[in-house]
Amino acid sequence: MTWSGWIKTAAFYGLVGVIVLQAVFPFYYAILTSLESGQSIFEVNYLPEAASLANYWSMISDGVFGKQILNSVFVATVVVFISLFLAVTAAYALSRIRFRGRGLLLLTILSVSMFPQIAVLSGLFEVIRALGLFNSLWSLVFSYMIFTLPFTVWVLTTFMRKMPVEIEEAAIVDGASSFTIIWRIFLPLMWPAMVTTGLLAFIHAWNEFLFALTFLSTDSQRTVPVAIALISGLSEFEIPWGNIMAASVIVTLPLVVLVLIFQRKIVSGLTAGAVKG
Amino acid sequence: MASKAGISTLSRQRILSAWLFLTPMLLVLASVAAYPLIRTIYFGFTDASIDLIGQAQWVGFRNYLEYLDYGDGEGEYFGLLVDADWWRAVWNTLRFTIISVFFETVFGLVIALVLNREFRGRSLVRAAVLIPWAIPTIVSAKMWAWMMHDQFGILNDMLLRLHIIAEPIAWTASPDTAMLAVLIVDIWKTTPFMALLILAGLQMVPGDIYEAARLDGVGPVRLFLRVTWPLIMPAVLVAIVFRALDALRVFDIIYVLTPNNERTRTMSVFARDNLFDFDKFAYGSAASTLLFLIIALLTISFIWATRMNVEADER
Repeated sequence: MTWSGWIKTAAFYGLVGVIVLQAVFPFYYAILTSLESGQSIFEVNYLPEAASLANYWSMISDGVFGKQILNSVFVATVVVFISLFLAVTAAYALSRIRFRGRGLLLLTILSVSMFPQIAVLSGLFEVIRALGLFNSLWSLVFSYMIFTLPFTVWVLTTFMRKMPVEIEEAAIVDGASSFTIIWRIFLPLMWPAMVTTGLLAFIHAWNEFLFALTFLSTDSQRTVPVAIALISGLSEFEIPWGNIMAASVIVTLPLVVLVLIFQRKIVSGLTAGAVKG
Repeated sequence: MASKAGISTLSRQRILSAWLFLTPMLLVLASVAAYPLIRTIYFGFTDASIDLIGQAQWVGFRNYLEYLDYGDGEGEYFGLLVDADWWRAVWNTLRFTIISVFFETVFGLVIALVLNREFRGRSLVRAAVLIPWAIPTIVSAKMWAWMMHDQFGILNDMLLRLHIIAEPIAWTASPDTAMLAVLIVDIWKTTPFMALLILAGLQMVPGDIYEAARLDGVGPVRLFLRVTWPLIMPAVLVAIVFRALDALRVFDIIYVLTPNNERTRTMSVFARDNLFDFDKFAYGSAASTLLFLIIALLTISFIWATRMNVEADER
């Protein structure tokens, strides 16, 4: 290789190194801090110097945090199943059956996904109080439909539309009901798309902050993002950074692992949801 | 004749079942989106307070603009449209949106171009790039708040060691750097999303175009400007619009990273503060309505400008 070739290659790998470092460093540093305890937290170090699990132990033995994780798991899981169920049937109707007003309906659903959450906040607050759901996890299951449903319907509709007509023709001729067609023919073919959209809906519900902050009022009902945001000390100098970082690592690690396992699927799901126009 | 009639009953049956399948989803969307939106707009024209939502009285445009005559020939305007705090929030939001989306696009483009090349360890690099995106917004705000800590933060430590700054900076607390802090965290967190969308656009560019350009001796810069950019620009534009609509409603990162800081308070934060913390439910609803109008106008003009046609790829 020539000199200029060497320099070019070195510059390219230098750029790659910078990209990787900036992406990974904050999470690495959070793990590093979470493993330190006592005064050593306040000394800046770049390489691991301690491996104490004290912060993790104090978060887990705290009791409330465990409950809050369960709250988040419950809300995100129920949201995924309900929105997938509603979306698969709706997507079948929107992609395989011709009827008047279909284009307008799709456009309406798409526009709901553009809604700023704050625009519905005061109205939703009234609805949730009227339904008696205030400070109940079901208030989140209910309100999260506003962002998971349009997205899942949209992606599954695009996915179903690409399937050839032939796969359901025989079933229609045999007189199978639409529900049987979805259950027996489409569902088995749709697992990849459902895993992707389900995963994205799960991540979205797991991370949501504004509704969780507004519709829940007691510590034991909160979900983890709000719990972490509200961890504080008696004064500015007593903020338990070690605990906050341990909690952050606990709620993030499963997501990072999921994303790394499913990265290809997630990328295709995201681009189907966004670039599709 | 008979068979034709049979088909039409069949298709009528299918249309019926289509609506049957759509009803649950539409009912849910109506009760979480349409009805609350209408109520929010309505509350903006009332004197509703958080504990007396049911007894809201219609007050017209008073929350938006009202002229109060003092009776001695003088008077003053009140309401959202003359509220300096609101306009500061609008300005903060616009500034945040323009700067963050600009840098996310530039960095996203660079990362996408790198990931579009064949090199050893590419899939590992792509996985690493995805990490900021996978971290919950609240968690990234807290992680960075710790890194930006004025006394014990690693960011100050790095910059001091490199002699870029002479003394520690209170990144999130100081009015001069609060917006910068928010921008850094948001750009860090959202660039991966931009990079992925742009990468998807890049991968649709057929490889033989590059091959042909290379054989013609076109340099890499010209190749990018003349060939790659025009081909990926539609995808990049769509990504920019999606990000901008998202940035206009930013809430979490600002609420957690720089609480109660008027230099970073955005429209969403302004609206929520009024709704639930300042006991001005109606006023907050009016602010939410204005934010909705702004985003709706931008969305409609975008759909119109690109003449997006949802029925386009139908058989």
